[in-house]
Amino acid sequence: MSNQIFRDSDSDRQFSASWFTGRVFVYSILLLWAFICLFPIYWTITTSFKMAPDVMKGNIIPWVDFTPKWLGWRSLGLSPETIGIESTVREEFLKRFWNSAIVSVCSSILAVGLGSCAAYGLSRFNYRFGFMRNSDISFFFLSQLILPPVVLALPFLVLYKSLNLLDTRIGLILLYTLTVLPIVIWIMRDQFSSIPTELEEAALVDGLSVWGAFTTIIMPIALPGMVAAFILSLVLTWNEYFFAALLTSSHAKTLPVMVASQTGSQGISWWSMAALSFAAILPLIVIAIILERYIIKGMAAGAVK
Amino acid sequence: MSIEEGDKLHVVTADDISNNKKRLGKFLVWGSALILSFTLLIQALDTNAVLTIGLETWRPSLYAYVLWAFCLCASQVLTRGEHGKRVLFVLPAALFVISMVVFPLLFGLVIAFSDWNLSSPDGRTFNGWDNVRQMWVDPFYWNALKNMVWYTLVIILEYTVAFGLAILLNSQIRGRKFFRVAFLLPLMLSPVAVSWMIGKSMLEIRFGPISRFLRWLASEPSTDLPSLLYYPGMYIADLAQWFGWASPSFFGSAGIARAMIMAMDAWTFIPFMMIMILAGLQAIPRELYEASEVDGASKWRQFLEITFPLMLPVSITAVLIRIIFKLKLADIIINITSGGPGGATDSVTSFIFREYRDRSNVGYGTLLAIVYLVIIVIAMTVLIKLADRWMKPRY
Repeated sequence: MSNQIFRDSDSDRQFSASWFTGRVFVYSILLLWAFICLFPIYWTITTSFKMAPDVMKGNIIPWVDFTPKWLGWRSLGLSPETIGIESTVREEFLKRFWNSAIVSVCSSILAVGLGSCAAYGLSRFNYRFGFMRNSDISFFFLSQLILPPVVLALPFLVLYKSLNLLDTRIGLILLYTLTVLPIVIWIMRDQFSSIPTELEEAALVDGLSVWGAFTTIIMPIALPGMVAAFILSLVLTWNEYFFAALLTSSHAKTLPVMVASQTGSQGISWWSMAALSFAAILPLIVIAIILERYIIKGMAAGAVK
Repeated sequence: MSIEEGDKLHVVTADDISNNKKRLGKFLVWGSALILSFTLLIQALDTNAVLTIGLETWRPSLYAYVLWAFCLCASQVLTRGEHGKRVLFVLPAALFVISMVVFPLLFGLVIAFSDWNLSSPDGRTFNGWDNVRQMWVDPFYWNALKNMVWYTLVIILEYTVAFGLAILLNSQIRGRKFFRVAFLLPLMLSPVAVSWMIGKSMLEIRFGPISRFLRWLASEPSTDLPSLLYYPGMYIADLAQWFGWASPSFFGSAGIARAMIMAMDAWTFIPFMMIMILAGLQAIPRELYEASEVDGASKWRQFLEITFPLMLPVSITAVLIRIIFKLKLADIIINITSGGPGGATDSVTSFIFREYRDRSNVGYGTLLAIVYLVIIVIAMTVLIKLADRWMKPRY
């Protein structure tokens, strides 16, 4: 055998070793954090299929530690045996689910509609409302973000009581629209300012009105941004608890309020709480997995100029 | 309301608006305003029992207001033509926000200076500065404010973790999509569900997996183990026992309970900062790193001289928004500890929530909220000014 002629220099071999440890380090941290993020969700899913002894013994892995049972889902009326028959719990759950869905979707649509128009106007035209210029108007909208919900909660409670809007979906929709509007305006202003004004100028020369140019030319281009804003609003409004807890009681109660009210009463029957919690977070988990791109785009919009 | 010369979008429009249209527009606004004020007057008289129509709610006034708002928008187009159409972009949102924020805030100010308990039959009476005096000596409110300072300070830690994760995600790794989705998921979960999933079940003392794990760490390793594993096991067990993990309790003592709330809130919101920082990292041009590598800079040096300074604006935005969200922190606290033990975990929001929920004390609660708002506005203004000054010299 001949001697090896070409060999890596010592520094190169060191580099390879340090590169390898670096990789291990990076992946172990990433995996650790992924575990931290996913374990509570995994825990909730598996717990919803557990029975009392499994909970007490702390069994974690299905089919190895314990055999999954539909106990938790049966208490919600959503297991295979009970799905066909009448169930008051399921009806209650579906009603809350439906309330949450309507309230969050409607308020997000309203916020994206109002917010996109305002953001477009602010990015294209100069306004003067009294002493307020464009930057002041923008600041006025964005400053609503600072407003903590407690400040509005009690006045709204009294106001809604006198307007007969307490415990109605409309009341919640209006309030939620208000809370997400600044975020929508923030995202959309960024979107519109990245679209060149030449597009509208050309459209206007060709005889479209300002609103025509907005709806037919600009909106399709800004659609991804609008989807991002919509999803972010959806997340925030679906999860909202504070206003819903104060302003709704029996008719318009949303899902988080139902989950919260069950937490205390259920004691150790974790399986049903787990099923309920999981049902409450499932829609957003699905949305996150499918539309992750848009969510990240929406949140990144304001960050990078 | 007028549009200045020098629009960002340069359009010249020939508006000739007939006098009839102008008159119609004016008529619409003033007519609907008249209807609105008339309705308000009737309702006010009715509630003060001067008139007896027996209106049950203030709904008619609401409808009159909506009508007025519509007429105002319509008249903008009628009287001002093309310019009016442009105003129409911002006007609906502005009217909406003003009516939803300014009126309730003014109303809140009135409530704040009155003695009003919803459960007492007396109704509302002005009590001047009594609520302020009560607030001044209310130890729980000051305690809640102090807690908010702690909660806000933890953001520095959250920011560090988020920055680290963003750098790792931005490096050359496989399965980036998986990690991104996994890291994003906590943000999607409702705080109420999280407070059950983690606070009430995973941190449960007897059966929760985390307390189980801690107890396992604190237990003496079995003597069958080879000594290579046995001695480290003993050491870990001693250490864990020293931490009191043999019988872990998460919401018993003030410090640990607060730390747990902080950890749960951080868990849900770290993805938020991480994504903003990640977007910033991806916007840094590659050439800068290549150039610095040619100049022989180490990784650490690159981070200090390129990444961190360039990320400063993004970081400040992310931290400021995080602070704003943190100041609203309540859901987790309400659902897990409801402020306990002894108010150690109370945030201002959760404290006022209980003030209302348990004691129906609307007047006092609203005053506390308004004071909180004033403090926040002052603090945020100072912070934003400081951030501006900080960022300037870097450019």
